[in-house]
Amino acid sequence: MTTLDFFHDETFRDDFTYWNSPEAIRRFPFPFNEDKYMYSVNLEPHVAFKPGSVFEKSFDVDEHYVSEMRDRALVLQEDPLRCQSLPHMNMAGWDLLELIMTKKAAEYPQWFELHQDGDRWRWVNRPLDIDHTFTFLDNTTLPYGPMEYIMRQTQGDYAILDQRDNNLWMDAGMITTQADWSLDFDLGMNFMEWHGPVPLAHEMGIFDRALKFLLNVRQGQPARRLNWTMTVNPRLDTSPERYAKWGTDRMDVNADNVGQLMHLRVELQSFWRLPRSNALVFPIRCYLISLQDLATIPKWGRRFHRVIRDLPDELADYKGLTITRPYVIEYMSQFDDGAPTSPGIFADDE
Amino acid sequence: MITKSADKTPKIEVEVTHIQQVSDIIKRFTFTPVDGAPLPVFGGGAHIVVEMSDGDIIRRNPYSLVSKPGTTDNYQISVRRDDVGRGGSLYMHNTLKVGDHLLVSHPVNLFHIDRRARKHLLIAGGIGITPFLAMMAELEDEVANFELHLSARTDGAFLDELRGLYGSKGSFYRDDHNEVIPLNDLLTGQPLGTHLYVCGPNGMLEWVLRTAEDAGWPSQNVHYERFLAPATGLPYEVNLATSGITVRVGGHQSMLEAIEAAGVDAPYLCRGGACGQCETRVVSYDGELLHNDHFLTEEEHASGTKIMPCVSRFQGRELVLER
Ligand code: HEM
Ligand code: FES
Repeated sequence: MTTLDFFHDETFRDDFTYWNSPEAIRRFPFPFNEDKYMYSVNLEPHVAFKPGSVFEKSFDVDEHYVSEMRDRALVLQEDPLRCQSLPHMNMAGWDLLELIMTKKAAEYPQWFELHQDGDRWRWVNRPLDIDHTFTFLDNTTLPYGPMEYIMRQTQGDYAILDQRDNNLWMDAGMITTQADWSLDFDLGMNFMEWHGPVPLAHEMGIFDRALKFLLNVRQGQPARRLNWTMTVNPRLDTSPERYAKWGTDRMDVNADNVGQLMHLRVELQSFWRLPRSNALVFPIRCYLISLQDLATIPKWGRRFHRVIRDLPDELADYKGLTITRPYVIEYMSQFDDGAPTSPGIFADDE
Repeated sequence: MITKSADKTPKIEVEVTHIQQVSDIIKRFTFTPVDGAPLPVFGGGAHIVVEMSDGDIIRRNPYSLVSKPGTTDNYQISVRRDDVGRGGSLYMHNTLKVGDHLLVSHPVNLFHIDRRARKHLLIAGGIGITPFLAMMAELEDEVANFELHLSARTDGAFLDELRGLYGSKGSFYRDDHNEVIPLNDLLTGQPLGTHLYVCGPNGMLEWVLRTAEDAGWPSQNVHYERFLAPATGLPYEVNLATSGITVRVGGHQSMLEAIEAAGVDAPYLCRGGACGQCETRVVSYDGELLHNDHFLTEEEHASGTKIMPCVSRFQGRELVLER
């Protein structure tokens, strides 16, 4: 797909015109590889995998790109604190800009170009109609700081972690599509502190092992994992800051509309070592799918019914599903004929 | 000639394109990528692991990158000849020629600049200067406030070059003139927000770290790089329980190298006892674990349940590892 018609014109708020094409449904990163779910240290190398899937490119660009960037600009306009970078993270911002520009230009040449002539760089972003020449490492040649500049052109939230004293510190980030956590609150915290609210996983030793792994992530060897929750409506910005706007949405869910209103929200998270700053960057890329679209893949319909039915209550409460879960279980049960499911996350005919 | 090994970390094939004799015992090597693609960017303080096929032994030694950060058409390292060591540096000095091919790792940085610092105080002893060469180039570019104190055996081309580059930001102390870094004065007279970086031989490192601690420096402001060359010793055997094989570790080989040579993939980053990546569980042993790392605590050493095979050895009847 090379033309710019590929990108939808849609909204993630108010009238919610967001929709997934049949191709987007097929490539949705369904996060369950078995019929039950519990926290685990689910980390694997982020290597190109399965052409067409969301695991193929370093930083996936999909049909929602242009509209998602418009939504981000709206969030930032109302609340500039969604993007923050402590002064010592400026170099990490340039590292990130370089990483994303070089990967996108190499992997999506039809949409992005990067021309480097020493420190003079020309960046072309066709979907967003940007053609900009700037000086690498010179903040005065960009309209925003380097992190904000590239994040206004990149799907997903990004946290940049400074690594020191054998820990990771959330010292910069662009967070506008989050599942109910706040950059402004977590800024300056370390790995254990910002994971404080998560139930069960601390006792299971998951965060100790995960941190040890992350401290050793090497340049050129990124890693990834999937995380999930559910959201009423295809709303990207479910932040504590805007809770008043979305907190009561769950009251709208009933047996008739649950298939359209409730969305499975999956985060493709990856972990990258940045070269100059030695910081770790953590993209959190959010994918949304309505339950009625999800159920068009029979394996996913069967499996998700079992997962949500048997989910431990602590996890359901933490993910904010206490009120909506009964409707979801009831709705999904019609797609579960009790047949066994195959291993792995992909649909059966792939 | 490139030999295959069990190590699965991505490698870059490079050609030795230049060798410069920097002093009587230091040579600087320039490596250029064989495929012509840009090399991965690195930051000051980063090292690469250089893989050498020395006879039938594959050696993997870490060396700090000394070229200017941002350079992507070549990597440079400086190697000090160690006449009594295991032979890695002798191989680099005596066998390696311009035109030879080698495999090198992607850069790894265990000694990066802390950009929260208002001032950077760099203290180096001898070849410990190597990580600072790239760091200083970077600090200079960022117009950061820094100061170097280097003690060296004697004068030489290396010092002249540094004087030329950094002028009044550098102070140099010659062992052969009995000049000593005025450490007490240095460590007590620094502005708030100064960070200290140290790299050099063990004795010096201990001296600086102890003096800093006594002077009340917070540990978060103190950074150091301690690369141990793997110790040599008597040959011995290791039983790898998971793989179900026994490997023999030669006197001039590390346990990690022997495990790799047997075709078993084992994790590592620094190969110098500092990063913790190679930590391996000891299932059982009858003999003495010769711990040489700086990662495990004294209690962990005494417990006999863990070992760092990149630098530590064994002496005795039987050692069984979970690997
Ligand atoms: C450095 C990268 C990471 C960052 C910045 C990060 C950040 C976060 C944040 C902000 C939350 C929400 C906490 C809250 O409720 O306020 C969270 C949740 C969580 N994180 Fe992480 N995380 C990282 C890596 C990991 C890794 C490697 C693992 C595990 C292998 C992990 C496991 C979890 C789990 C299980 C939750 C709860 C999610 C849920 O049930 O929806 N995180 N993380
Ligand atoms: S590889 Fe770093 S401690 Fe062994």
